[in-house]
This record gives sequence, C-alpha cells and structure tokens, in this order.
Amino acid sequence: MKTFSLYAFISLLGRSTLAAAADTTMQTGGAWSPYLAGAFIGVLVCLTFYFSEEPVGASSFYATVAGFIGNAIAPKHTMQLEYYKEKPPKVNWEFIFVIAAIFGSAIAALHESEFSLRGLPQMWIDRYGENSWALYSALSFTGGLCMAFGARLAGGCTSGHGISGAAQLSVSSWTSLICFFIGGVIAIRLIY
Amino acid sequence: METSPVGKQRKKLAQALLFGLMFGFLLQKGGVAKYHVLEGQLLFTDFTVMKVMMSAILVAMIGLYFLHRTARIKLHIKPTKIGANIIGGLIFGVGFAFAGYCPGTGAAGLGQGDIPALIFMFGLVAGSYLFAEFSETSKKTIEKWGDKGKITFHTLIKVNTGPSVAIMAIVVLSALLVISKLS
Repeated sequence: MKTFSLYAFISLLGRSTLAAAADTTMQTGGAWSPYLAGAFIGVLVCLTFYFSEEPVGASSFYATVAGFIGNAIAPKHTMQLEYYKEKPPKVNWEFIFVIAAIFGSAIAALHESEFSLRGLPQMWIDRYGENSWALYSALSFTGGLCMAFGARLAGGCTSGHGISGAAQLSVSSWTSLICFFIGGVIAIRLIY
Repeated sequence: METSPVGKQRKKLAQALLFGLMFGFLLQKGGVAKYHVLEGQLLFTDFTVMKVMMSAILVAMIGLYFLHRTARIKLHIKPTKIGANIIGGLIFGVGFAFAGYCPGTGAAGLGQGDIPALIFMFGLVAGSYLFAEFSETSKKTIEKWGDKGKITFHTLIKVNTGPSVAIMAIVVLSALLVISKLS
C-alpha cells in the first residue's frame, strides 16, 4: 500500500510538473527532467542512509551472485578466495535493492508505455548493422567483465562511488569517478 | 517496532525492496537506463548522465551533511587506495564504453525490456568472480599503493565539514550550470 501511494505520488509529479512526451523509439532521453530525477535520487540516498544505514550501490550485487554460483559449483575453492572470506555471499540489503531496481524500472517504463522487449540498441545497429549479435555480445560481455573487475578493485561503481561516495566528499570516490569517465571517454573511441 | 535481530533484518530487507523499486524507477525516468544516453555521455553528445549524477550528488551531499549533524547518521566512506582507485576506475571506464551500461543502469535497462543487458550482466558476474580469484594478489600489491584510509576532502585540506560542503555545493552547481548550457 505504501509503495503504491508513493508510486501514485511520483507519477502525479511526473505527469503534472513535466510535459513529458512518451518515447516509443528509445531514441530520446528520459521522460522526466534529468535534474528532477537526479534530485530524487539524492533524496533516496539520504533515505537509505537514514533508515537502512546503507549507501546506495549496485556492483556488489553481481559479486554476491557470482559467489552463490561459485558456492554451488566449487564451494571449497570459492570460500578460500580472499574476497569471499571477507564478504561471504548472502542475500543482503544490496542484493534485494538491485533486484527491486529491475522491477522499479519496469514500472517506470510501463507507466510511460516505453516497455517492450528489445534487441540490439538502435545506435549500435546504425553503426554495425542488424547482423552483429556476435560482436555485440562479445563486446558487451567483455565490458561487463572489465566493469565488475574495475568496480571491485576501485571499491565501487557509478552508484556506490559516483553518487553515495562523492556526496560524502570521499577522496576515493571522486578519484574513481573521474577515472570512470577518463577510461570511458578514451575507450569509446574504439567503437564509435 | 520489532527489536529481535531477525525482525530487524526483515525490516531492513523490506526497506531494500522499497528503495530499490524507487531507484530503478528514477533511473528509468531520468533516461539513464538507455544505451544511447550512456554512450552519448562518453561521446559528449548527450549530457543526461552528468545532469542526473551531479543533481543527485548535490542533493545527497547537502542532505547527508544535515542528517549527520542532526540525526547522527553513520557515514559510509570508502577507503582511499590511490592505485586501486585509479587502475580500477580506468578499467571500469573501459567496460562502461564497451557495454553502454553500468551495474545499476544495466539492471534498469533489463527492467525496461532491453534483452541485451542480460549479456552485460553475465559479464559482470564473471568479472566479479575473476576479481575474487585475483583478490589475494591485489590486496598484497595494487591495494597497498597509496593506501590512505577513509579520507575526505575536508580532512585533506583541513577545512571544517560545513564550509567544505558549501564549497563543493557551489562547484557542483556551477558544473551543472555549465552542462545545462552545453545541450
């Protein structure tokens, strides 16, 4: 009930204060002003700190999933790894948080009639053509691989370092955030 | 109010569910779950990502400062390890460009129906395990380079938290104004 009224409130805000056009082609930006969405995310970070004593973060979810899989296939090997000795995989706050985010996004997309099952992104097709699933998959998988490795090494991702950490004026977070963009701006020249 | 550890844990997970729904909702509404928006930021043709992030940082920074002062909330500052932050950050950036998603926005991408986001998420799981394999070595090497502990800008430049937050707020706000002129 609480969730529903909150959703009703947010959707009301979205409809009344912002003349948002429904995006069916996925070629435009968000339905809301990015400043408004960002400001709400800032409020959300305050809420998670206050109520859950947790910063908003996403990357360690994937480490938890990897730990579960590792535990199912090779439990002895997985649990002797330094990372999992320190952080044994379990259903924790961030695990639920990220799964819920998938559904939260689905609600937002349905609300704007933006939800549909999509294949390759249009931007990719424009550059590499329709029959480029193999290349896309290889690049996307490698991208995910690098990203998770980098996030674990740096200690967080665009959410954990980029928003929660940067908001606390943490030196590690600002250093990492700047490096995220430097790495990205250089590497994108290889593909676009 | 439940006070038993199990009740407390359950309450916390229920909050994670509610907050996670809100997070995914806001990412999608902000437009940052979209491949072309994320890649557009790296190509400097679309500044949505920076607009969302800077606005979030601004509000969270001011909010957390006052919550810390008045309600004594616990801060969660990640330790600064210059070597690991820089190397990890750069590797992360390469992945960002290759995939066109990040860990949070990939989840949101899947939620709005982007099937290819799944491939990226499999990559994230594999990369996480790969790091775990490497974690012992990394702890003995990269993570020791420039290990400074949990430092913030205000401890670094020896200015009180209040003025530091005010200065950073002005910096972020100015950055937002510049970005808003760019597109």
